[in-house]
Amino acid sequence: MSRQTPDLVLSTPPFLRQGQTTPWIMRQVLGALVPVLVMAWVHFGLSALLVTAAATAGCLATEWLFDPRRPRGRSLRDLSAVVTGCLLGLVLPPGFPLWMAFLGGGAAIGMGKVLWGGLGQNPFNPALLGRAFLQAAFPAAITTWSPQGTGLFSLHGTNLALPFLQGTPVDAMSAATPLARMKFQSQVTDLFPLAVGDVGGSLGETCGVVILLAGLYLAARRIFDWRIPVSILASTAVLSAVFHLIDGARFPPPLFMVFSGGLLLGAVFMATDPVSSPITPRGSWIFGAGVGGLVVLIRLFGGMPEGVMYAILLMNAATPLINRATQPRIYGT
Amino acid sequence: MPPPSKPLGDEFLKGLWKENPIFIQVLGMCPALAVTNSVVNALAMGLATCFVLVCSSFFVSSLRRFIPRPVRISTYIVIIATFVTLTDLVLAALVPDVHRALGAFIPLIVVNCLILGRQEAFASKNPVPRAVADAAGMGVGFAFALTCLGAIREILGAGTFLGVPLFGPHFEPWVIMLLPPGGFLSLGFLLLFFNALKQARDRRRAAAARGETA
Repeated sequence: MSRQTPDLVLSTPPFLRQGQTTPWIMRQVLGALVPVLVMAWVHFGLSALLVTAAATAGCLATEWLFDPRRPRGRSLRDLSAVVTGCLLGLVLPPGFPLWMAFLGGGAAIGMGKVLWGGLGQNPFNPALLGRAFLQAAFPAAITTWSPQGTGLFSLHGTNLALPFLQGTPVDAMSAATPLARMKFQSQVTDLFPLAVGDVGGSLGETCGVVILLAGLYLAARRIFDWRIPVSILASTAVLSAVFHLIDGARFPPPLFMVFSGGLLLGAVFMATDPVSSPITPRGSWIFGAGVGGLVVLIRLFGGMPEGVMYAILLMNAATPLINRATQPRIYGT
Repeated sequence: MPPPSKPLGDEFLKGLWKENPIFIQVLGMCPALAVTNSVVNALAMGLATCFVLVCSSFFVSSLRRFIPRPVRISTYIVIIATFVTLTDLVLAALVPDVHRALGAFIPLIVVNCLILGRQEAFASKNPVPRAVADAAGMGVGFAFALTCLGAIREILGAGTFLGVPLFGPHFEPWVIMLLPPGGFLSLGFLLLFFNALKQARDRRRAAAARGETA
């Protein structure tokens, strides 16, 4: 202990380290989520922030409660629970009761992450698993699309429902999402409102342009594999273009398919989850094409108007298989 | 007979907690997951199983010297099926609604692994009083566990307990709890809860033992 810099360093590999650490990556993702969150705030008022905060609080509380190490709370420091909470909040409708969002955060971390062994062990994206749980538990509340807020501080009455109770709808209006309108009334929304987010929908999914910019930033910083979102968007566009060409009256144009619903948010922030997506480049292409294909099939032929969540979760389930099938040959064998 | 009375009590008590069929042995999962979407159904299922278990254990234990080993399983099944048929008809006569809700799961008690397991592992090797005490403990433990599951699922899934509303008219039902996934989720959380209790108790005991020796 006499010298600070020994001449001979004895250590085990790896010797070359990448600067990326988990907290750094999570901070970058959070930074990219900030503009999305701001747009949600602008469009949906204070409700957007409250729902996201409730979901995040649920995630943090569950992460803390099931932390196996004592004293508790060390696993909170990698910020992954915050990212999960924000992502979950952004895929919930604006008028969602806060207690349900909190519960969804608990399901996301508890059943989506801790149960499998914590960060890096989960086969499914935790935020989407939380949403899938909420969809199965409260199918009515999660498909009630409150209209956009009238100001930065507008609040939906249903947000403040007491635990176990449903919200009393102060605003009895609801705004159908573009996808629901397409599905049930065969109306295609114009591209401009879709791109800037001037439509009904989940908190973070409406403003396509901002999500794309955030995705570009993350791809440029190599936070995720750019192949996955590119492959998802391309396969969705190509497949829906084929259907549109076959029957233009029945099937919507490809740009509508890409910019409506949660496809952009899912492609940029959910499908690229490094834990639950394939690690090989070829696998990434296959994964993305699978998600895009499933999204188009569910949206056009399924019973539900939107299918991004189930498409990504299904492909998450296929990820180990894809990894095995696309494993590169070891050099020399 | 004063001496065997304490072991008899132990035979009964072990089924309630230490060897609870659902929470510890994880036996009889089919009815535990399928019919526990309300307290009434769960309780009816639990009591029916308990009745069949006690009666079959009594007969298997008293006939244990006459049952030839090669055909013992089929003999157990015949004995169990007798009481299941009895239960089926009695339930249909007394509480037709519950009988309809339980449906095929009443006849399926015949192949409940808990009942068959107790006959093979206990009743066929022990005298009648012990066999009956064991069966009663297991049956009550099973009914208790089913009722726990049913209570969780009914309270969260419908906002009622035994049909009485608990939360007023604005309750938001957790639809998932009444569906099959709700059964798996509740059972998983109950197992988690009881395992956590057990671990905490073991830790406390270990700490106490260390304190004594130190």
